[in-house]
Amino acid sequence: MIDLTRYLGPKLGSVANRLLDDRHSEHLGIRMDTPFTRILVALILAAAAVAAYRLLLGMGASTNLNDYWPWGLWISFDVLGGVAMAAGGFIVAAMVYILNWKKYKCIVRASILNAFFGYLLAAMSICLDIGRSFVIWHPMVMWQVNSIMFIVAVHVVLYTSTLATESSPMVFEKLGWTGVLRWVNRCMVGIVLFGVLLSLLHQSSLGAVYLIAPSKLSPLWYSKFIPYMFLVSAIMMGLSMVSFETILTGKVFNHVPSLDVLQGLARGVLVIGSFYAAMKIGHLLTGPGVGALVSEGFLGIMWLLEMAIGVLLPLLLLAGKKNRSNPEVLFAANILVIVGVLMNRLNVGVFAVSEYANRAGSDYFPSLMELVLTTGMIAFAILGFKVCAKYLNLFPETDH
Amino acid sequence: MTISRRDFLKGVAGSGVVMAAAVPDVDAKMSKELPPKAVGILYDATLCIGCKSCMVNCKIHNSVPGGALHKEGMVSGVCDALLCRSPEGEEKATDPPYETGGIKGNEGIWDASQDLTGKTLSIIKVYRNGTGEQKDSPVNGHAFFKQQCLHCITPACASVCPAGAFKKDPVNGAVYYEAYRCIGCRYCQIACPFNVPRYEWDSAWPEVRKCQLCRHRFAEGKYSACAEFCPTGATIFGRVEDLRQEAKKRFSMKPGTEYEYPIKTLDSRETSLRKVSRYADRVYGLSEAGGTQNIMLSGVSFELLGFDRDIPHSALPDLTWAYVAKIPWVFAGVFLGGTTIHAITSRMAKHGKDKEEKHD
Repeated sequence: MIDLTRYLGPKLGSVANRLLDDRHSEHLGIRMDTPFTRILVALILAAAAVAAYRLLLGMGASTNLNDYWPWGLWISFDVLGGVAMAAGGFIVAAMVYILNWKKYKCIVRASILNAFFGYLLAAMSICLDIGRSFVIWHPMVMWQVNSIMFIVAVHVVLYTSTLATESSPMVFEKLGWTGVLRWVNRCMVGIVLFGVLLSLLHQSSLGAVYLIAPSKLSPLWYSKFIPYMFLVSAIMMGLSMVSFETILTGKVFNHVPSLDVLQGLARGVLVIGSFYAAMKIGHLLTGPGVGALVSEGFLGIMWLLEMAIGVLLPLLLLAGKKNRSNPEVLFAANILVIVGVLMNRLNVGVFAVSEYANRAGSDYFPSLMELVLTTGMIAFAILGFKVCAKYLNLFPETDH
Repeated sequence: MTISRRDFLKGVAGSGVVMAAAVPDVDAKMSKELPPKAVGILYDATLCIGCKSCMVNCKIHNSVPGGALHKEGMVSGVCDALLCRSPEGEEKATDPPYETGGIKGNEGIWDASQDLTGKTLSIIKVYRNGTGEQKDSPVNGHAFFKQQCLHCITPACASVCPAGAFKKDPVNGAVYYEAYRCIGCRYCQIACPFNVPRYEWDSAWPEVRKCQLCRHRFAEGKYSACAEFCPTGATIFGRVEDLRQEAKKRFSMKPGTEYEYPIKTLDSRETSLRKVSRYADRVYGLSEAGGTQNIMLSGVSFELLGFDRDIPHSALPDLTWAYVAKIPWVFAGVFLGGTTIHAITSRMAKHGKDKEEKHD
């Protein structure tokens, strides 16, 4: 390893040296210079170019959005999807720190870090999606408590900082700053509690954003319970995401995930997923009616797809006890849930307004630049996670 | 350490309750009453001849400082937004923003707006059916209609704006926009049931544009330009309560009888004597989205003219308020419940450990 004290001076150099020390993760066998990493870096650079173009020339030049379709891929996928993916962070943190279910302690760091990247992704995307990116902080100083968007904005800021604080012990540990480390650890229960509160409100308020548009959203998705549907589906997806990532990191880095933990998460997905299925089907029956699936045409198909992929199929897979002890089945079920809930967010954010917008003669398909930026964001999250896995003690093998 | 943690948790739970109590609730809820001196516009489509004088004058009179189409320079606009201050000082009127409408040969010489946009606050459109001969007839007829902000009594745009860029004037009720606050999130566009706010998509520092009822002209004793320059009395300005009376009266009048239609303002001495047409449907704006200050009459039903029939007849901000009002309770509940659960599970975990140790 290069000794950075030579370049950065003794003080800064030793800090950098300690941060870049990866001896503790050598057993994971993470290599940085791989073709996959190079692709990720290329995607991130392309997205950065798009971001610069968007900032210089405006929304019209970079996106296909218009007055009848003001929110598109960035809001639905990056923001709604990114935040939903992050739900695992608060659930696992609550299980470990509030409920004292210690067996999940081995995945808590990875879950929180995963959530942190989900929120970073959402925050960066919304920053580029709003037309006046440099005054994104305005809601913080110009309170408007009637606005769900204000509530969303406050939560993004507070929860991203909370997640950073929850992840900080990993960094302090490496730097050997025991004083700060002890202080943060002592406050951890309070911080986690605050995070749970923020997450409950934030996940549901993203659904509540759409409460104001009953005449624009398709009845297949508009419901006065949409905040709670968002919350429940986010919890389901969060659990799946954590399980998915535990299995995946087990596959790509040399470490073996505990089957006990995976089974526990799968039971969680099963319970929450059943509740979500009941909510969705209940809403269909009491609201638009089953006939709407046919009368709404394309949107009906989208609703059915979302439900089949994200809810019914995984529930069927997870229902059998034998299936739940097979990591391969769990892996498949997790992917289905993640894809399904992402589809739900795309449906609400993009497709649900299509009928209204089409009637006004407008249409939308993401522009190349919108797609490139979203891809780059995902690449950023993957690469970021990989770097953290290499340089931070992400998978503590023993119970501290 | 256990004791300090418990104390800490007590503090956290306590501060959660205090924070929950400090959130303003009753005062923040939006009013559903008409402001004391609410003014608005009555647009009677049966009197409209489609001359678009209103559109032309809307652009001219809103391109002056304070007008809804006036834009300060990019640099001062960005500075005002960064410093959170409303623009001050003498400014020059700008050129009215013309649109080419995609028409060949139109190089900004004349305005050819096709729809409400970031450059067009009001627009006259035409309905046509079959031969188009009979005015104000849904079959084989034609009709003009006007689109602009209707100035809701409880505006959804003002309720959803995270930075309070949309406001409703507490006295005259005009819904206006303060660009220096705007972050450009376009939630107003999602929220407005009439799809009125339009975005400057082509700008790197975009504003949201919509009719502000020529609020900047009230101080000079003037009123909305579209009403002042309407030659037929199709657009008239007045107090909302009087306009509602007038609209209901016209709606119930017998077609074919003669009526002195006021021009420009409701209490104007200038009138035009005309035969009453048949009014269709309803007076638009009495209950749509909880009621609007601009109201409309038409010979062809509003659904046929393309107005959305799914708009609720109640104030939209109520839909989100039901959610917002629960937040303080979630605060209190999570802090108290979470602390309790943690205390119980911690004690149980400790108990379990003690037992294990004894067994050993």
